[in-house]
Amino acid sequence: MTANTPSHHLMVRVSDMKLVAPTIKEFTLVAVDGALSPFSPGSHVVVTMSGTDANGKAKKWKNAYSLLSDPSNTEAYKIAVRLQEVSRGGSEFMHSQVQIGDVLEITPPANLFAPLWRAKKHLLIAGGVGITPFMSYLPEMQRQGANFELHYCYRGKQTGAYADQLQQQLGDACVRYDADAGNRCDLTALLKQQPRGTHIYICGPELLIEGVRQNAAQIGYPASLIHFEEFAAPQPGEPFSVTLKRSGQTIDIGAEESLLEALEAADLEIPNMCRGGVCGQCQTKVLEGDVEHRDNYLGAAEKADCIMPCVSRAKSKTLVLDL
Amino acid sequence: MRVTPTKLETFRDDFTYTNSEFAIQRFPFPFPEDQYNYTVNIEPHALPGEPDSVYEHLFDVDEHYLSEMHERGLVLAESPKRCLAMPHMDLACWDLIERAMNALSADYPDWFKLSKEGDQWHWQNTLLDIDDTFTFGDSSTLPMPPMEYIGRQVQGDLALMDQRDGDLFMDAGIVTCPADWSLAFDAGMSFSEWHGPVPMAHELGIFERALKYLTAMQVNRPVRRLNWTLTVNARMDTSPEEYPHWGNDRASVTPDNVGEKVYLRVELQVIDRMPRSNALSINIRTYMASMNDLCANPDWARRLHRVMKDLPAPLIEYKGLTRYHPMLVEWLSQFDREQ
Repeated sequence: MTANTPSHHLMVRVSDMKLVAPTIKEFTLVAVDGALSPFSPGSHVVVTMSGTDANGKAKKWKNAYSLLSDPSNTEAYKIAVRLQEVSRGGSEFMHSQVQIGDVLEITPPANLFAPLWRAKKHLLIAGGVGITPFMSYLPEMQRQGANFELHYCYRGKQTGAYADQLQQQLGDACVRYDADAGNRCDLTALLKQQPRGTHIYICGPELLIEGVRQNAAQIGYPASLIHFEEFAAPQPGEPFSVTLKRSGQTIDIGAEESLLEALEAADLEIPNMCRGGVCGQCQTKVLEGDVEHRDNYLGAAEKADCIMPCVSRAKSKTLVLDL
Repeated sequence: MRVTPTKLETFRDDFTYTNSEFAIQRFPFPFPEDQYNYTVNIEPHALPGEPDSVYEHLFDVDEHYLSEMHERGLVLAESPKRCLAMPHMDLACWDLIERAMNALSADYPDWFKLSKEGDQWHWQNTLLDIDDTFTFGDSSTLPMPPMEYIGRQVQGDLALMDQRDGDLFMDAGIVTCPADWSLAFDAGMSFSEWHGPVPMAHELGIFERALKYLTAMQVNRPVRRLNWTLTVNARMDTSPEEYPHWGNDRASVTPDNVGEKVYLRVELQVIDRMPRSNALSINIRTYMASMNDLCANPDWARRLHRVMKDLPAPLIEYKGLTRYHPMLVEWLSQFDREQ
């Protein structure tokens, strides 16, 4: 076995754009040529955005976004982007630069958050823009006649996309909690009332995911029934540099960019999927230096000599990588 | 070139299976070097492949199509459990139907035809005289369960692996020509569990790397690898369930009949991501050729000798060759005088 199959890309055209919540914009994407493939519920795509940074220098952002359209619809994909308060540039680019008719490059759909179809019941817990992967779950769950419940937490002044539409479509199977209107979800009570063998899926801020996991641990809910997706977008940090053992090349990583982005900018092809410290594809061997691990993938032993360049950074000024 | 499959040969009892000159030429000979190296050897199954080769299309339909489909029917009649699909794999089965029917009708338009009117599909397989209409995704509109329906029209064994928690689980399949493995036994197992019996590879970390590679596979980017073993007589169904019927065949090899009795059995394994279900499919397509047929090619004969001679002992044991391996090496040595 050699390296991974080179990833291929799709060119899509933005055919529609609309605000679906005060801070969330929805994009409809159609194939530039050929057809789109059906996808599996919970899939995401990585969108490449080519723009310029604050200093006017060309820069590429790559962010993962869940597909929220019906997975059997091959006419168009839809994604929704929340404008991040502290944006590294990606969400701002999507909100202010992209126009209808623009062409974007995306990866084919990949899935790190698929429903487990063996479950007797599916409990979906969404926080804010974390509703997006569930938007693709729901049509397939309805087709299959699956037993599910959606609990949707948001702040009506910022998020809450599709809340009315979902309420209408799902009736009692959808429960809404608008924190700006004083409604909060009692997670303990919710977990306690679930029939045995209910699988729980959470997508939203870390606080929500942790809240569910802690409550579940307290009442003895099996961790194997809990699934979550958290695209930890890479957070900024101190600048550092890496030396590549095989080529001898040295690369500087700015405060605002991730190591993976810097490696890609230097034309290295690093396998990757989630770009959020979850999937494990970009795992890279570290030969020298201290790593600040920010991923959810590496085990304690691997942390001794590996880094996930999509999110993690250096503690020391420099790292030597086995690349 | 490919011709319409017409012959009906047997893989049991009187073993009338034979290969044409064309089939021998395109045989996927699995040894690129004199030394057998134990590797995962996965490579992209880039389509279309070389014309007329076994790699040309997603599914290779060859001169043995009717014979293999007939043999599959015989096995299923004797042991229906060779085909199974857990209920949560229904969508994955339909993924496979869609992928296979789209590919077959595009690659072999004279033999397979597909037309769609929304969810209403019309499928014609002229080789097997099948003409069905059904509602895509609705298993009740097929004459039999979806896994069996497509499995009876595609050469090679098929399995569908569900992907959960970064692992793969063997949760559906139709397996009637296995090289000594059992779907009923492996059903529900994880990737490392069903590879448990394979020697040497665990220590090399091969399965860990393979799993990471497979779980990241993209839609429309199938990959392939070759695997091989030896079989006595051209028997397709060398399953553990049928061991009493074929285990003894090994004792029938003599220095005089090695060339006609011993077959190189090569599996072309094509792995493909299923878009709607995120499952992975594997088509394990078996090609068999007798030592006599293979050794008509001097390069292959010489290489076979060198590979067999140096085969590590654990592999000889695992592949079940212990009994006749020395005899085979001796017989092959006649083609390798310059060693």
